[in-house]
Amino acid sequence: MTEGIGARVLRKEDKRFLMGKGRYTDDIVEPNQAYAAFVRSPHAHAEVKGIDASAAEAMDGVVAVLNGEQLTGDGIGNIICGWGVTQKDGSGMNMGAWSALATSKVRYVGDAVAVVIADSIEQARNAAEAVEVDYKILPAVAQSMKALTNDAPEIHDNAPGNVVFDWEIGDLAPTDAALAGAAYITEMDITNNRLAPNPMEPRSAVATYNDAEEHYTLYTTSQNPHVARLVLSAFYQVAPEHKLRVIAPDVGGGFGSKIYIYPEEITCLWASMKTNRSVKWTSDRTEAFLTDAHGRDHVSTAKIGFDKDHKIVGLKVNTKANIGAYMSLFSSAVPTYLYATLLSGQYNIANIYCDVQAVYTNTVPVDAYRGAGRPEACFLVERIMETAAREMGVSPVELRRKNFVTSFPHQTPVIMAYDSGDFATNQDQALKAADYDGFEARRTEAASRGKLRGIGFSNYIEACGIAPSAAVGSLGAGVGLWESAEVRVNPVGTIEVLTGSHSHGQGHETTFTQIVAERFGLPTENIQIVHGDTDKVQFGMGTYGSRSGAVGMSAIFKALDKVEAKVKKIAAHVLEASEDDIVIEGGEVKVAGTDKLMGWHEVGLAAYTGHNLPEGMEPGLKETSFYDPTNFTFPAGCYICEVEVDPETGVTDIVQFVASDDFGTIINPMIVEGQVHGGIAQGIGQAMLENVVYDDDAQQLSASYMDYAMPRADDLPNYSVHHASTECPGNPLGMKGCGEAGAIGSPPAVINAITDAIGNNDLSMPATSAKVWAAIQAASAKQAAE
Amino acid sequence: MELKGEYRIAASKAKVWAALNDAETLEGCIPGCEELDKSSDTEMSAKVALKIGPVKARFKGNVTLENLDPPNAYSIVGEGQGGVAGFAKGGADVQLSEDGDETILSYQANAQVGGKIAQLGSRLIQSTAAKLADKFFANFRDALEPQEGDVKD
Repeated sequence: MTEGIGARVLRKEDKRFLMGKGRYTDDIVEPNQAYAAFVRSPHAHAEVKGIDASAAEAMDGVVAVLNGEQLTGDGIGNIICGWGVTQKDGSGMNMGAWSALATSKVRYVGDAVAVVIADSIEQARNAAEAVEVDYKILPAVAQSMKALTNDAPEIHDNAPGNVVFDWEIGDLAPTDAALAGAAYITEMDITNNRLAPNPMEPRSAVATYNDAEEHYTLYTTSQNPHVARLVLSAFYQVAPEHKLRVIAPDVGGGFGSKIYIYPEEITCLWASMKTNRSVKWTSDRTEAFLTDAHGRDHVSTAKIGFDKDHKIVGLKVNTKANIGAYMSLFSSAVPTYLYATLLSGQYNIANIYCDVQAVYTNTVPVDAYRGAGRPEACFLVERIMETAAREMGVSPVELRRKNFVTSFPHQTPVIMAYDSGDFATNQDQALKAADYDGFEARRTEAASRGKLRGIGFSNYIEACGIAPSAAVGSLGAGVGLWESAEVRVNPVGTIEVLTGSHSHGQGHETTFTQIVAERFGLPTENIQIVHGDTDKVQFGMGTYGSRSGAVGMSAIFKALDKVEAKVKKIAAHVLEASEDDIVIEGGEVKVAGTDKLMGWHEVGLAAYTGHNLPEGMEPGLKETSFYDPTNFTFPAGCYICEVEVDPETGVTDIVQFVASDDFGTIINPMIVEGQVHGGIAQGIGQAMLENVVYDDDAQQLSASYMDYAMPRADDLPNYSVHHASTECPGNPLGMKGCGEAGAIGSPPAVINAITDAIGNNDLSMPATSAKVWAAIQAASAKQAAE
Repeated sequence: MELKGEYRIAASKAKVWAALNDAETLEGCIPGCEELDKSSDTEMSAKVALKIGPVKARFKGNVTLENLDPPNAYSIVGEGQGGVAGFAKGGADVQLSEDGDETILSYQANAQVGGKIAQLGSRLIQSTAAKLADKFFANFRDALEPQEGDVKD
């Protein structure tokens, strides 16, 4: 089977992308379409004293200027957070109200206060400039640590001291006791820098209200159109669910930022009803920096203890998580259940305690960004493991190996129960691929050229395949995280698979067809994947958290089981054989051991003509499955980064990057490698280049590509990507998920390598040339002083 | 952001002081100034067109004179709204001292910007502000020391 599981099938979707025939939201043009431009606050924190739209309203082409009073007056609800976290003291979160258009107060630069609807985009933008907003400027704060100080401005009335919640996991007393008895202690301050997601396609929405049918249609850049419809309907009261169609057509990347339902989509829908026009809005790049949910922004302290044999006895962590000005959809889950539950890493640690203070600041809301909590956990664990090895004078490779979890299932002290894995084999494979034994010779050779060469490791583990619905429900999630699929075999035998997952770069249209091809021996060209339209596809939860393989494809797999069973029944009846003797292979349905067979298309036709079906069988061949996973999945692996640093300039080259991943079953190795490459590129971006910068007045200074450095081809090495898989016992295909691993595992490997090269462990991300140079200078000054 | 500077002007302290309080002189000296209206002895409103990096905007704002110590010193503070370009605010302490027939003008200024100017042009603010301040005081000196061929920027 050349197109089944394990085949490097070329991406079916690429033809239309390469021909420029992708159909993105901004490509949608509705008749009578108007354009929205938002009036955004230039202040990080201010009272809105008044809005004078008279000049704007008088301008050519302006249809309407709408504000927050009108929006809330029409009953449009405040933006919700979908995951309730319980605080240490048992109370709920201190959540401030977030209206799609601000009413009395703005809380970050970019907060929308009004929207102009006009005949053209130029007219809308010009009129937006003419809207006069009277602000009373208030003091602002951008950093979580400053927001927690006594003299910090209070951002929401119901969040005293700007604390959204104070949460804990694990047992404090046993952890303290274990650390008190440790032979070795390593302590570190670890910052995980704030990132902007930067999908290639900016967010966009086209909303149309049909007054004759009282029906709304929204084209939007969403990773989960059904969730968008549910939330827009049930919580924002924009329209009843059956009167709202949400379509996420081709979407050019998301990385988490397109999970959420933002003020702009809500406003476009509402404005469409107000003006009886289709309303289109497409973000420009600076608007994206100002409004797309940011990622990371943790400030942590960590303490790890080892016994005299270098076995870990305990880990204690405190984290301040910057939530931004408002709570975005999953903002509460990211620094808690998606973060602290992974602090055990690949290691057997009996005692872990972590507490997290989530903090409001006058910045863009922070939410899930590729990895979502797991990169923060991995960075902390792998930095402190490497540092501890250096402090104890042992090999970082051996220290990790000594502490690996080796038997499964393994219950960590922080909720997660690892189901499978083989950490040592992945480490061995990575060491071999990196020629670790030859490293010291390479270091010496580099030194002869005046270069500092270093090597760094990262043994990541993460949790994917989110998630068992009952489990996440018990932890505060507002939704279940199952997935749905419908497999339709047409009368001519071609197949449409309707999936609740959403593809925005992952290649579902290829990978998903492969498991159907594998099952029935059909060519992938006979199989079509349908997704992204609430009018076509049954309710589904969408794509994030590397769940589309482990959860989405499992739903397809279960639906295929049902199709297969019915096909066998029909064939057994027509061929007058026992159901147990029917086999399906090579697109034929056969009676085993005989020459009796039906072509696949003949079974389809038989099902739909209904002329000769078993007694009592319904005609048709279409099956649905809703699959709810039994556990998270646990992709894990070993990443090794080797760098050369020019001590004169701090310029750092990544000269080698090796990945060995355990993703369980791999459907399409080419697509998986692509995901790993992309993930590592983003991880290297975080480690060396990317950073969202706010000044002391909470003005965002890095809101364009002039100041926000994205990784480019010449910043990145050729990757050496390997796999050593253990099958995931939790789902029928044995898959673990690969979408985020690269971004999770790579940053600590890079920083561990650079700090190894320069001999100074005090280096924060992004490790720009200037910072690396300064760290080299600091190290030599310290050496000179000694 | 902080700026400071010192200029020697070939005019008496009284003359320099008068010019510092004269809206017409200031209007002629502020780079990009399109309007400057004095509403009282210490309050003015202004329209100034500026280009900072990629951001071009017309700022409307108010200027107030404070800490008046005629003819020795005052503080000039202001804020301007540039629409979607954002805003700028700042102030300068100006001191005059006599040196023979001439006057030495020194100033310490600070400025803050927000919105699009901060997002896109923050790297350019310091150099642009220094250039604008330099231009203003050069214009101001030239206004008091008429020379042939002088042009206002």
